[in-house]
Amino acid sequence: MMSIKKTYEKIGFPRLIIIVFIIVLLVAAASLKIPLSGIYSDILIRFGMNAILVLAMVPAIKSGIGLNFNLPLGVIFGLFGALVSMELGLHGWTSLFASLLIAVPLATCGGYLYGLMLNKVKGQEMTVGNYVGFSIVSFMCIVWTIAPFKSPELVWAMGGTGLRTTVSLENTMEKILDNFLSFKLFNVTIPTGLLLSVGLLSFLFWFFTKTKSGIAMEVAGSNENFAVSNGVDVNKERIKGTVLSTVLGAIGIIIYSQSFGFLQLYNAPLYVAMPAVASILIGGATVSHAKISHVLIGTLLFQSVLVIALPVINIISEGSMSEIVRVIVSNGIILYALTRSGGVE
Amino acid sequence: MLVPIFFIILSIVGFYFSGLTGDFVFQQMILRLARNLVLVMSLMIPIISGMGLNFGIVLGAMAGQIGIIVIMNNGYTGFNGFLIAVLVATPIAIILGYLVGKILNKAKGKEMITSMILGFFANGIYQLIFIIFAGTLIPFKNKDLLRSSGDGLRNTIDLISIKSSLDNLLFPNSPYPIMTFVVIILLFVGIYLILKTKVGQEMRAVGQSMHIASVSGIDVDKTRIIAIIISTVLAAWGQLIYLQNMGTFNTYNNHEQVGLFAVASILIGGASVNKVSWKEVVLGTFLFHLLFIVSPLAGQNIAGDAQIGEYFRVFIAYGVIGVALILHSWEENKKKSLNLNFDLNNS
Repeated sequence: MMSIKKTYEKIGFPRLIIIVFIIVLLVAAASLKIPLSGIYSDILIRFGMNAILVLAMVPAIKSGIGLNFNLPLGVIFGLFGALVSMELGLHGWTSLFASLLIAVPLATCGGYLYGLMLNKVKGQEMTVGNYVGFSIVSFMCIVWTIAPFKSPELVWAMGGTGLRTTVSLENTMEKILDNFLSFKLFNVTIPTGLLLSVGLLSFLFWFFTKTKSGIAMEVAGSNENFAVSNGVDVNKERIKGTVLSTVLGAIGIIIYSQSFGFLQLYNAPLYVAMPAVASILIGGATVSHAKISHVLIGTLLFQSVLVIALPVINIISEGSMSEIVRVIVSNGIILYALTRSGGVE
Repeated sequence: MLVPIFFIILSIVGFYFSGLTGDFVFQQMILRLARNLVLVMSLMIPIISGMGLNFGIVLGAMAGQIGIIVIMNNGYTGFNGFLIAVLVATPIAIILGYLVGKILNKAKGKEMITSMILGFFANGIYQLIFIIFAGTLIPFKNKDLLRSSGDGLRNTIDLISIKSSLDNLLFPNSPYPIMTFVVIILLFVGIYLILKTKVGQEMRAVGQSMHIASVSGIDVDKTRIIAIIISTVLAAWGQLIYLQNMGTFNTYNNHEQVGLFAVASILIGGASVNKVSWKEVVLGTFLFHLLFIVSPLAGQNIAGDAQIGEYFRVFIAYGVIGVALILHSWEENKKKSLNLNFDLNNS
């Protein structure tokens, strides 16, 4: 009995539910004769697409600002970088690296300013972050409408002002990472480049947490008084965490978009934080504690549910169901985490 | 007072550029105040009880909408139909309010973000029920409510049979929703009276300090649940009043914006996360909706694109909430560190 209870505690209630759900879905998929190899490929691709956006949550949680609901901030910079690289008429790898080169410094500045602000609102970072994110997205809607982009791939051909709602990346960097060194294994396509970039960024971040700077950030997040007594500048460490999270958000959306094949502008970044937050929480993180393993496990589980649910649900019911399942699962998980850590800190 | 003054100036500038006549704006404002005041009012009690802005009123709005769906399905019309909708919605709102209160008690200090996520979550359940189950698992008598495929409710439902049933009750020919304003005044008096009772005093005490309240023998958790139940019920009634005034019902969109618009309104009026009175509710609802009317036209006349005015309006709604939350927690933190310095100097 004890060992069952221990395993249960180790896996945790939400993950248990998700795993059971995935198994049910897999059985359903098999009995409905849905080809599983396609599903596995999709899971790998969607895992790679989303993992970096989820990774962006880790520095925020570690530095003590909690779940970064202001992920749209970083995403906006990433989109902006990609747009500028397209406006310059770049293609292929140059376009990918140019996007990153433009987006990362901007995200650093933006994250720095946002971090300064978060230091003034300690205790309410999540609520404030959410609304700051919403405000920025709606402000950028105005910017996208009036920004002086000229490239015909970016602006409406006729009968509209400003940038298109979705910009195709077909001629620039669509699937450039996905196809890099990709190969087939038992009919399952392995998007090597995509997974490698996730691995690389995870490793770099893991390495950072082992450096003096990374440890200082973690100390600031785990116990403010202890950090102060050890001479750690808590406010500075929190800004560091915010900047890292914003930069990862920017990189994350570029990698997401190159795999998706489109840049989604206007209201699309509004709810980008929700799936990322839900993923890391499914992975076992809490609002005050997160590791890279939480990112990898959480993204894999969350994306698996969505990928397997889609074809199964489409056969049993109609299209909108999978979207509804996504809303219920992701928000249910976030709710669970918020109520679990309970109490006034 | 800084926030309302800023928005008064913004509204005047917007009004000037919109080119609308004073008459038209006045008519619109009367209607919009009648429509929205109860929804904004529903935020008052949780603020006073120290739970911040209750984004969970979305669940109340859903309860109201369930009432509407029930009467439309059974073919009740007119004011009787409206009353039956109230009777159906109220117990649902009480149950939902109880559940919200329970959950928020588990997330003390994080009520606002939790109530917001709760709204998103409930929206998922609502869609599950009315898109997937309606017509399949849940039988509907009135097939006109369903999509042509036979499952799921239509995106818009016509409420002509109960339109203005409260607004024009007793005054059938008046262009103004007189009865609705009578109800609104009664509800304001009701809130005032509740706050005078023992429960109301306890709510204030809990709002001041949960710790002191519980030491002086107040059941903090219970008081907070009562506050949320009142808020949710008011939101359900508010949504019903809104819908009977509108006369059409966007099945899947109407409730989504309720929390956002109500919260933005009350903050524009000068309320803070922990202080509010009826004056802020009325002023804020007025200013927010004034901006709502003038901004698309002002956007068109200034920038040559109505869409920009539309974006600007959404930006204002989100931005107001963001800025108000920033200012509030900034002040709180300053107070905290001042107290800390004071303690250190004394010791």
